[in-house]
Amino acid sequence: MKLTVWTYEGPPHVGAMRVATGMTGLHYVLHAPQGDTYADLLFTMIERRDHRPPVSYTTFQARDLGSDTANLFKQSLQDAYERFQPEALIVGASCTAELIQDDPGGMAETMGIPVPVIPLELPSYQRKENFGADETFFQIVRTLAKPMARSAQVSCNLIGPTALGFRHRDDITEITSLLSDMGISVNVVAPMTASPSDIARMGAAHFNVLMYPETAESAARWLERELGQPYTKIVPIGVGATRDFVAEVAALTGVAPYLDDSRLRLPWYSKSVDSTYLTGKRVFLFGDGTHVVAAARVARDEMGFEVVGLGCYNREMARPVRALARDYGVEALITDDYLEVERAIEALQPEMILGTQMERHIGKRLGIPCAVISAPVHVQDFPARYSPQMGIEGANVLFDTWVHPLVMGLEEHLLHMFRDDFEFHDAAGPSHHGGHAPVAPQASTPDAGGSMPPEAGPAGPVSVVWLPAAEKELKKIPFFVRGKARRNTETFASERGVDEISVETLYEAKAHYAR
Amino acid sequence: MTELPRIPASGGCREEPILKQRGQREVFCGLTGIIWLHRKMQDAFFLVVGSRTCAHLLQSAAGVMIFAEPRFGTAILEETDLAGLADAQEELDKVVDQLLARRTDIKQLFLVGSCPSEVIKLDLSRAAERMTERYAPSVRVLNFSGSGIETTFTQGEDACLACMVPVLPETDTRQLLLVGALPDVVEEQAVSLLEEMGIGPIKVLPAPRAESDLGCGENTVFALTQPFLGDTHAALERRGARHLPAPFPFGEEGTTAWLRAIADEFGVDPETFARVTDAPRARARKAIAQASEMLRGKSIFFFPDSQLEIPLARFLTRECGMEAVEVGSPFVHKGIIGPDLDMLAQGPTISEGQDVDLQLDRCRAARPDLTVCGLGLANPLEAEGLATKWAIELVFTPVHFYEQAGDLAGLFSRPVRRADLLKVEAAE
Repeated sequence: MKLTVWTYEGPPHVGAMRVATGMTGLHYVLHAPQGDTYADLLFTMIERRDHRPPVSYTTFQARDLGSDTANLFKQSLQDAYERFQPEALIVGASCTAELIQDDPGGMAETMGIPVPVIPLELPSYQRKENFGADETFFQIVRTLAKPMARSAQVSCNLIGPTALGFRHRDDITEITSLLSDMGISVNVVAPMTASPSDIARMGAAHFNVLMYPETAESAARWLERELGQPYTKIVPIGVGATRDFVAEVAALTGVAPYLDDSRLRLPWYSKSVDSTYLTGKRVFLFGDGTHVVAAARVARDEMGFEVVGLGCYNREMARPVRALARDYGVEALITDDYLEVERAIEALQPEMILGTQMERHIGKRLGIPCAVISAPVHVQDFPARYSPQMGIEGANVLFDTWVHPLVMGLEEHLLHMFRDDFEFHDAAGPSHHGGHAPVAPQASTPDAGGSMPPEAGPAGPVSVVWLPAAEKELKKIPFFVRGKARRNTETFASERGVDEISVETLYEAKAHYAR
Repeated sequence: MTELPRIPASGGCREEPILKQRGQREVFCGLTGIIWLHRKMQDAFFLVVGSRTCAHLLQSAAGVMIFAEPRFGTAILEETDLAGLADAQEELDKVVDQLLARRTDIKQLFLVGSCPSEVIKLDLSRAAERMTERYAPSVRVLNFSGSGIETTFTQGEDACLACMVPVLPETDTRQLLLVGALPDVVEEQAVSLLEEMGIGPIKVLPAPRAESDLGCGENTVFALTQPFLGDTHAALERRGARHLPAPFPFGEEGTTAWLRAIADEFGVDPETFARVTDAPRARARKAIAQASEMLRGKSIFFFPDSQLEIPLARFLTRECGMEAVEVGSPFVHKGIIGPDLDMLAQGPTISEGQDVDLQLDRCRAARPDLTVCGLGLANPLEAEGLATKWAIELVFTPVHFYEQAGDLAGLFSRPVRRADLLKVEAAE
């Protein structure tokens, strides 16, 4: 057993729901107890979908346990087929139904449903949401996609977008137009937007664009092996990655590389003098592997940040993320335990976090600015406005999103100048943000330690004492670097066996760590 | 002003046939009760023994609250736990040791059963007994099930309170026990109204802390503040306590009738009752009149969710002039909800349980002006042109008693008003 409060990923059947809900003309019959329908509201509320997810749950109760649950499943499957008339069905079990061993696939086979019924094996006690999405899409493709003649024009499939995917809706639009500029048409986008009959047409494409390895890599490999379709390995998030992606597509197809960058603004914005203050800002990155790998490159090469730590929660991406971390000279953090992430952030004291909804809350608690780069996300990250992460406009969106939580350059300068000003002081935080000022430590309440407080106290060496004058001087340092200054000074002092920090120690440390 | 509420001329719904359906149910499981219970019981920790699905549900239902350092968590079962049962008990001990070592402020620990733990028959009640011995006297460990196979949404609170009743100390004191977790502000209003009438001592279940002086016995009478407390009701009666049946305290009429049932039990004279209630009654009526303007003559359809549906339908039809089409409840306990059924005029279909697709067909056919339903159905129905009020809010928001009566009507009138306000189509 593992004690868990927050989970980055849902169970694998939620991944299957993400595939089913993204598609049309497909219905998912899920053998699950009453209550598992809670997952519907992820789609209707967070993503604001205007229809119910195409999922029928058997919703068995205690009184049904025994032979009854099998009949309940058959009845649900029959009812779902008759009511919704889907082109294909997927069937499977949630974690509880996995324990009662009713074998949805085997039962469905005996029922003579006149459309394909695809059984899913999703081991709930070993794997998680992304695996569920990847495996479901793979099974659908394996069952329905057939070899066929290639389209006369060069075309491709976009694979990987799902319901509840972070910015998938707008990424599809952006990449479709980027490819169209190269004279490449999109054959099928799947799973999101596709019907089972569209899946059957996937073989007409010349190659596949693997947009999100987390949700479609198995299908991409199968399509390469069985239908001879190569797939792209570069995910076009950021300026450099987008250019590399264009080159990769050109190499795969023989089409001349072309990128319309007339609306690309990130490079100039990043060059302009107000961005100078971004130089060497220490960022910590966490999220799903794909978005972290992409964001690290943008952070270092396109924004001029210093990447001080990175990691991912999906172990399927551990290998590439570890390799990347070595390249950046940092330790990769592969974990699905947010407390570990919180400890890493506390120890590193970055000036900015690029993460998930979870890191946003960690940032809020520690007073560190944060921008969201990856699922899991909340309703505000399914915006009404166009906001892709990929391609040219994606790069523009990234610049705005990441810079927004930081204190702007000129503002940072003014805060330094007038840091003791009675009206214009740093506790107010950035002018365009209400809530970024670090909260003063509160008196301990029963909840103050959190549900799972770290075993040790503060990470800094506690033997070091701050003299009042030094403590006062520390307060003059702007809040967005104060945590780092405190930690650096304490480290500096303890390394030298100094047990009292004076104003001099503070400034010696400052000189020592000057960048 | 102290006359009892009139029974509808058409007769009430107590003996009306109930439409019972089985099929797909679009409801929460009892684990969701933890979301508000852990806020009420300040020294309790709720440890769900379940799967990643359970953890994911709590996270989805808790929304942002998960980051307010909640006192709940999930011991997620792993493959190894499913292989052999003896092992699972040891694993659980390890998790609890780890938890209590880190959180020394915890005085009550609830081991909460889930579908997976119930299906593999993990004996959590024995685990709770064993741990109670181990951690006595600093921590009391109890067990209840919030699994979907046994409980629906608010029944989780019922299961939790019911498991606390047998371990309450015995007391012969003549006392009033108010049962049900209410927002603090509402609870304080209820207690002060009763105290002003000279009623006391008053105790509340759940108590905010484990070491409160809450007891139970033959001389205890209890009033329910929530309709979904059937098992707790039975557990209290087994302890010799006596139930005071009453309509639930929603709206001016419901609150008055509820107070009356208690006042009569404690021999409060009509003058005292009027002195205490006249002013808040007038306030409540005024607030309801203002907030319910949009609701008069409008039809309403309830999908089953929390068991609050029947008392709310009674309030909306009698005090806000609405017309109920169907009132769906996950469970109808006539011994508890009877007084509300008596006051609800005949006409609407009363349904228990659900086959969601058939119920959606009925709802679409009726085209009600307002549909009360869960978040899985709300946006899809809005997209079909039906105004909806999402039901969960009625459990989290202060809605009981006089001062909240206007707010309660407002919760229902807001979506109706909003539908009128929004003009996002092209101008004529």
